[in-house]
Amino acid sequence: MSHADYALSILLLAVGLHGMLVQRHLVRKLLAMGVLQVAVITFFVALAAKSDAGPPLAPASGQAPVARQHANPLPHALMLTAIVVGVSTYGVGLALLIRVHRRYGTLDEAELLERMRS
Amino acid sequence: MTRHLPILIVVLPLCGALLVPVTGLVAPRLARLIALLTLLLAHLCALGALQVALTRGPWRYALGGWEAPWGIEYVVDALSGAVAVLVSFVALTTAVYAGPHLAGRSRLGVASHQALHLLLTAGLLGIVVTGDVFNLYVFLEIAALSGYALLAGESGRGAVAAFRYLLVGTVAASLYLLGIGYLYALTGTLNMADLAARLALLPDSTAAALALALIVVGLAIKTALFPLHGWLPDAYAEAPAAAVAFVSSVASKVAAYVLIRFLFFVFDAGAAGRVLDLLGVAAAGAIVFGAVMALAQRDLRRMLAYSSVAHVGYVVLGLALGNAVALTGALLHAANHAVMKACLFMASGNLLRGAGPMPLTALAGLARRAPLTMAAFTVAALSMVGLPPFGGFFSKWYLVLGALEGGVPLAVAVIVGSSLLSAVYMFRIVESAYFREPATDTPVPVAGEGPTAALAPVLLMGAVVIGLGLFNQVLVEAVLAPAAESLVR
Repeated sequence: MSHADYALSILLLAVGLHGMLVQRHLVRKLLAMGVLQVAVITFFVALAAKSDAGPPLAPASGQAPVARQHANPLPHALMLTAIVVGVSTYGVGLALLIRVHRRYGTLDEAELLERMRS
Repeated sequence: MTRHLPILIVVLPLCGALLVPVTGLVAPRLARLIALLTLLLAHLCALGALQVALTRGPWRYALGGWEAPWGIEYVVDALSGAVAVLVSFVALTTAVYAGPHLAGRSRLGVASHQALHLLLTAGLLGIVVTGDVFNLYVFLEIAALSGYALLAGESGRGAVAAFRYLLVGTVAASLYLLGIGYLYALTGTLNMADLAARLALLPDSTAAALALALIVVGLAIKTALFPLHGWLPDAYAEAPAAAVAFVSSVASKVAAYVLIRFLFFVFDAGAAGRVLDLLGVAAAGAIVFGAVMALAQRDLRRMLAYSSVAHVGYVVLGLALGNAVALTGALLHAANHAVMKACLFMASGNLLRGAGPMPLTALAGLARRAPLTMAAFTVAALSMVGLPPFGGFFSKWYLVLGALEGGVPLAVAVIVGSSLLSAVYMFRIVESAYFREPATDTPVPVAGEGPTAALAPVLLMGAVVIGLGLFNQVLVEAVLAPAAESLVR
């Protein structure tokens, strides 16, 4: 099995962290945070993958499913929750940024710091 | 009903959080009643569950009848029960206190504050009682998201500080979740007890070590352990009084509790021991750095925030020392600090109104205008310094004894040195409040004792600080010693 999926999640992790540190615009920082969360989601989804296996659906005939023939559904269920958490985090973050923009008229970090000082 | 106490601890504030925003718009008084009632009931449930755990041993509750390790289980033992009692008590007291402090807000503003307070309580209590590491992540985020919104308040500066906290907190939670991913890949389970049993069979696993590193760094950020405390001073200093007393008092303690769960229950002694040695060094740094920075502050809330950095250090230092006496000290200090810090932040919110800066000079002569509030403030301040007969003395005493037993005299020097520094920064406030003339041109609105609903919680917390000192023996013997014993291995 190739490990391209894990490599992708590490790449996304690096991109997210880099963006959060380097970007000066607060919305871009928030988006980079989202990339970081997607990295973790990718990692879990990669965990669930199996070669030569199908989706985790119970056989129609009523036989007991064989674990080897199906992808692991649990990480997918966990990541559905993690996606909901991620959306909520975006929501709170954007709501805070709307407040910041109304008060200071900018979301650029350097300008914001200057306006907060005066 | 009593069969379901462990789940009721979490579900009650969660239901309250759903009811309050709806009723708050129509009948604000009813909403406040619902909020206080659900918090009171959650506190009673926590007390009941702790009582059962102390007499009959750990209480394992299978959610929806799905047995662990397949289902999620809630576990109330001496440790989680005690933390749940502490969190629900502080939640109830600060909810009473918040009422008058929200007077200037719209109905929607008050209702959303109360809903967030309840949601934060539900999140924190869920973290404490769950025995499932992914369920813990979900509660961690519930608590974190409601915490960001609460701390932001209604000011622009608060929103900026809360947004920074949100970025850092999300990185912390993502690191934790990644660590959980490694553990799940390694063991195929998410149940803490099951994880512990399976990890014991993999003593030298690199993947387990990496998982431990990711989880500990994530939780250390949430605990605000030096040098990962950067988010804390701004987030606390810019927050409204109604929110900061609750968040500052218990949020970092609950994160420290999760650290305990992972380092003493889930991971084996070898791997956890190496991490604890490192955490001990960070904790010593926190104690010194926090005290020095607190001394350098001119703003009351910023000073209290840096003192939180130092006091989280005391708790983690006790964990790192690892013997029964030091662990008892760590747990007792976590309880003490939660009560003291709630008292100090609530008192400062009564003395100086508004969410803006709180210069220390504005406190001059305030003891005459607000004798009761200042008395409670002084009691909590003396306890922070570590003077007998207040609570803080006894937890520091246990920590010093534990350090001597562990043969770490440097830890004793750090504790004593930091206490001397805290004596300087606390005494200068008390001195100026009692013996200076009131400043004529204070830049902030100075209030008096405030309304009864804002004053009573301050006095209650002050009384608890004294009670934790006078009756520390009872508390240690009944609850904390069994909890500390369960940690020693």
